[in-house]
Amino acid sequence: MSVRRHVMSVTVRDQPGALVRIAALFARRGYNIESLSVAQTHEPGLSRTTFVVTGEDAQVEQMQKQLQKLIDVIKVIDHSEGPYVDRELMLIKVAVRNPDDRVEMRQIAQDFRARIIDVARDALVFEVTGDEAKTDAFIEQMRTFGVLDLIRTGRVALPRTAPRAGAAGGNGTGDDRTASRSRAA
Amino acid sequence: MLKALERQGVTTVFGHPGGAIMPIYDALYDSPIQHVLVRHEQAGAHAADAYYRASGRVGVCFATSGPGATNLVTGLATAYMDSSAVVAVTGNVPLSLIGTDAFQEADVTGVTLPVTKHNYLVKDVRDLPRILAEAFHIARTGRPGPVLVDVPKDIQQAAFEGDFDVEIDLPGYRPTVVGNARQIRRAAEAIEAAERPVLMVGGGAQVAAEEVEAFTRLTGIPVITTLMGIGAYPGGAPQSLGMPGMHGTVTANRAISHCDLILGAGLRFDDRVTGKLSRFAPNATIVHIDIDPAEISKLVKAHVPVVGDLRDVLPRLTELLGPLDLGDWWAQLDAWKASYPERYKTDKPLVSQEVIALLARETGGDCVVTTEVGQHQMFAARLFPTNRPRTWISSGGLGTMGFGLPAAIGAAFARPGETVVCVAGDGSIQMNIQELATVYKHQLPIVIAITNNGMLGMVRQWQEMFHAQRYSEVYLADSNPDFAKLAEAYGIDGYNVFDRETAAKLVPEVLARKKPALINFVVYESEKVFPMVPAGAGVDEMIIGDQEADEAEGVSA
Repeated sequence: MSVRRHVMSVTVRDQPGALVRIAALFARRGYNIESLSVAQTHEPGLSRTTFVVTGEDAQVEQMQKQLQKLIDVIKVIDHSEGPYVDRELMLIKVAVRNPDDRVEMRQIAQDFRARIIDVARDALVFEVTGDEAKTDAFIEQMRTFGVLDLIRTGRVALPRTAPRAGAAGGNGTGDDRTASRSRAA
Repeated sequence: MLKALERQGVTTVFGHPGGAIMPIYDALYDSPIQHVLVRHEQAGAHAADAYYRASGRVGVCFATSGPGATNLVTGLATAYMDSSAVVAVTGNVPLSLIGTDAFQEADVTGVTLPVTKHNYLVKDVRDLPRILAEAFHIARTGRPGPVLVDVPKDIQQAAFEGDFDVEIDLPGYRPTVVGNARQIRRAAEAIEAAERPVLMVGGGAQVAAEEVEAFTRLTGIPVITTLMGIGAYPGGAPQSLGMPGMHGTVTANRAISHCDLILGAGLRFDDRVTGKLSRFAPNATIVHIDIDPAEISKLVKAHVPVVGDLRDVLPRLTELLGPLDLGDWWAQLDAWKASYPERYKTDKPLVSQEVIALLARETGGDCVVTTEVGQHQMFAARLFPTNRPRTWISSGGLGTMGFGLPAAIGAAFARPGETVVCVAGDGSIQMNIQELATVYKHQLPIVIAITNNGMLGMVRQWQEMFHAQRYSEVYLADSNPDFAKLAEAYGIDGYNVFDRETAAKLVPEVLARKKPALINFVVYESEKVFPMVPAGAGVDEMIIGDQEADEAEGVSA
């Protein structure tokens, strides 16, 4: 059994309590969620939740099935079963203790394609978008100046191509999913 | 509201009124729906649960807001664990007061969320027909389960002139009914290749007794019935090996250890069935048929999973198979059966087992049996398994003491005219004893048989075996009521029985009367349920105890 990180998306009907049901399921079954983000989709009445969970494949598969059982859940995708793109957004406030810092920080921001979105006398706020490795690296760079505050959205993800039958963990057919799913290694 | 229920075919509702559900009770006053007034909301939920289990028709219960609704929780959790279709309707405070900690307000959808298949808070009267239609649909389809609909008081009072015909549109809920043909073929191949197969049926098979019968008749396969599967295959049939697991038969547990294939049908491999997972059926290919994909490979890895309704899958599987050549396997199984018949010692005062065996003999297993939870439940599962589906009603998953008596009420309404025997212990029966009033009121043909050892017997057994005989808080005899007098106080015939001669004479008489009765059998206090697989041990490590063959062999298989 391999333990690895799974990035999963849940498409859910916008019903009262839908998010509570998902959160309660995680708590009840002891799944440890590293990040979670929710927002509406382009289809009215549907929201999409993206979350990151680390666990054994069998445990994550069980979690996927339990999520699928929730009445308001339309679709569960385990992105780790196929190619996908993911991003997170971070806002980070960094202390400016002397004017030289400001110049150096601007240079680092350029390298990371981060934007400065707020400028104060003694602090700058940067907006950083990318994968987690990039945001982590940016935080490391800023530590020397003094990180005052930060917030990250957690990962959001989309499959890179339309899910192919039997490959990308789509579950639209409803026909004996357990049997027909072939896992990516 | 009630019109919508009528459209769902509801004829009987179990409930208890209160402030926040008064508009619905006002409408009941003129409604053709029969309301059964229970004396505690928990009993209403259990009765509705048993009504479904006994009939296959969705059970319905009503309760008021706050304490009324929270009293349903144990009943809903029981129904959820045992996959029983219940729709619970609760009143709530008016919408404007929700969230203000109003009188008798509780977050009922929040409280019941983990113990229901789904729940609703109705916020607009125009949604009510759709929500009720969805609630019944969700409760009875796929893997059945309880659904709660919380209705604020002002919604109950709002006029509704709209259309009751609503389309159910639940894009996230499409249970897989039809099994995958390739998987069914693989299952058939695995069964044909097996030399020592067993069929294990669970509660899911209660809907598919005919299909199970056809399959077993053709193949000649031995059948193990879990606690929830009792009645889905006749307990008295020659191909039956009885119940598996913690208090299963020696034959069933040995069959599990020695078989090379388990065909699991409508069960979830509960820990009380499997014991220690690594020692469960180590040599077996597991073929698992269930309508809930999440149960497959949850605990026991399925080599051949089939998601679908047994009523679809089993006949298709039967078509692919013929009689199996199981001569050697049956010779082994029959030898175990012969060495380990059900046995108990009668060289001491009256024992629970003989009382339950007497009830089984006198009814022929053709009645409805409900049980409470404890030693008597295990004795009944082994000595009083019924022969027809939907006639064995017991709290398996949650193990709810206080279930049996209200369940008997639900079963009596679901199967009018049939005798219902409620097998109880002196501990459990007191957890919903107030329902004697409901039994009396409707003169239900329920015989309550208490095997009274003056103890919380199952806890006592564990304390004796695993806690160095430190009998902590299990002694009831010094403060139990006189059960016969208690029954009489409710207007029900009550008997205290102390010896086997009186028991043998009284049981047939009482059964023949087809009216409410309570028989309190005072039995030997230290009897234990054997065989027993200690918690955490493998099924091959069972303690055989009283079931030991005369020519004693080792304790483990």
